[in-house]
Amino acid sequence: MTPLLQVQGVSKYYGARIGCEDVGFELYPGEVMGIVGESGSGKSTLLGCLAGQLAPDAGEVLFDTRGEGLRDTLKMSEPERRMLGRTDWAFVHQNARDGLRMGVSAGGNVGERLMAVGARHYGQIRGQAIDWLGRVEISEDRVDDRPGMFSGGMQQRLQIARNLVTGPRLVFMDEPTGGLDVSVQARLLDLLRGLVREMGLSAIIVTHDLAVVRLLADRLMVMKDGHVVEAGLTDQVLDDPQHGYTQLLVSSVLQV
Amino acid sequence: MTNEAENVTAYNFAYLDEQTKRMIRRAILKGLAIPGYQVPFASREMPMPYGWGTGGVQVSAATLTPEDCFKVIDQGADDTTNAVSIRKFFEKTAGVATTEETAKATVIQTRHRIPEERLTEDQVLVYQVPIPEPLRFLEPRETETRKMHSLEEYGLMHVKLYEDVAQHGAIATAYAYPVKVEGRYVMDPSPIPKFDNPKLEMDAIQLFGAGREQRIYALPPHSKVVSLDFEDHPFEASKADHACDLCGAEDSYLDEVITDDAGGRMFVCSDTDYCRSRRAAGHVGAQGAPYEEGVA
Repeated sequence: MTPLLQVQGVSKYYGARIGCEDVGFELYPGEVMGIVGESGSGKSTLLGCLAGQLAPDAGEVLFDTRGEGLRDTLKMSEPERRMLGRTDWAFVHQNARDGLRMGVSAGGNVGERLMAVGARHYGQIRGQAIDWLGRVEISEDRVDDRPGMFSGGMQQRLQIARNLVTGPRLVFMDEPTGGLDVSVQARLLDLLRGLVREMGLSAIIVTHDLAVVRLLADRLMVMKDGHVVEAGLTDQVLDDPQHGYTQLLVSSVLQV
Repeated sequence: MTNEAENVTAYNFAYLDEQTKRMIRRAILKGLAIPGYQVPFASREMPMPYGWGTGGVQVSAATLTPEDCFKVIDQGADDTTNAVSIRKFFEKTAGVATTEETAKATVIQTRHRIPEERLTEDQVLVYQVPIPEPLRFLEPRETETRKMHSLEEYGLMHVKLYEDVAQHGAIATAYAYPVKVEGRYVMDPSPIPKFDNPKLEMDAIQLFGAGREQRIYALPPHSKVVSLDFEDHPFEASKADHACDLCGAEDSYLDEVITDDAGGRMFVCSDTDYCRSRRAAGHVGAQGAPYEEGVA
């Protein structure tokens, strides 16, 4: 089986400072990879490099495109990369406001990606939007409300619906549960886990919350100061941490 | 080139200096070569405020020749402040002949209307454009909208139409209705009513000038112009369901005029020259009096 995403030696520097250095891994279809680490450890920089939002200074990001097999997304032309960004890729931001159009109704937000890939039938677009709102547990009568009228958790769910409506194969998530209270977090995680399994999505989830990766991720990478210090199966890493920093991270979680 | 006809003003012909007109003509030619593409140009300070048609005036100034006959309309009317002052401006600075008759004019500057009478290949229609970027209210970043144009990413334009249908049950955009030109660029046709959109495919050259936004774009004659819509909510050129009360025309775009504070109203042609010529030809509407020369 070919990997969906193959990352080799990705490095990004901010002047003399290291953003992330020499990161490499492979992600297979249907697999969820967690990236954990403390603030400033380079998680979001790495995610930005993978998703084409930042230009890494070195390395390769090979994606298994539908048409042409493995291709280096960093060497793609911008139209190709943007096309990927609205078809096969999805990006869930930490702040739903960054990923939503706040001046456009929920239905319009979900429909945007459909219209961006050529849907021109209002009834079908609206039908799919309502279907997706249902899947993320937003009731149909809120379809014409603007995201500003939604709670934080609903906004985050709306953002997920908007991203998944075109059936992407790879989802990048940057702290998808950040800023939500724990009960809302739990429901969101439940929802995400269901969607990931149901659609056979591959995902890369950046978070500092170990509970999130425990629930969602098959594999885990631990980052510190821009380097990957430990990687492996999630349960393995969390239950038997080898690196000093991972041990610190695991033992720092409060047990209630 | 000085104004030879009168030679009394210190103005260059049509106010702008020759280098500026060259610069604007280059932008116009580029605009004509790439229909619907917004060409940046170094818009000059004009002796009138932004929003009064500084873009259209600059395009007209670069287009006019001493032999031209010039007409200005504002919402279809020849006799409103904007139209009168721009007409006088060019009478004074270019000394060109002016007219109110659509057929006689060779250059027509317009704000928010296309004349009812069919324009010919010998005419140029100059639009005043407030905001040339059709994507502006959906995407405020200019860097991003330019990228969207260059990559032909126009899905967002349909999001606006989607919102219309979701809120109003139909595409409620009634003016500045977005169009796709020659299957490539999405263009704002300036705030003309969507009734005028089908007329954008015409024999005359159409030039669009946005002074404050420093953009010029153009439609060569016979360009293919398609109004955006949904398959199940097709584009419809709408107007008030009425006939003109002065000339009885049923095919022209109408203004609704409130005549008293007791609910009295009348519908009249927004194109004053069209209405006048019809009345001169003997047509009389429901509230119209028979036409007399020189009486409004």
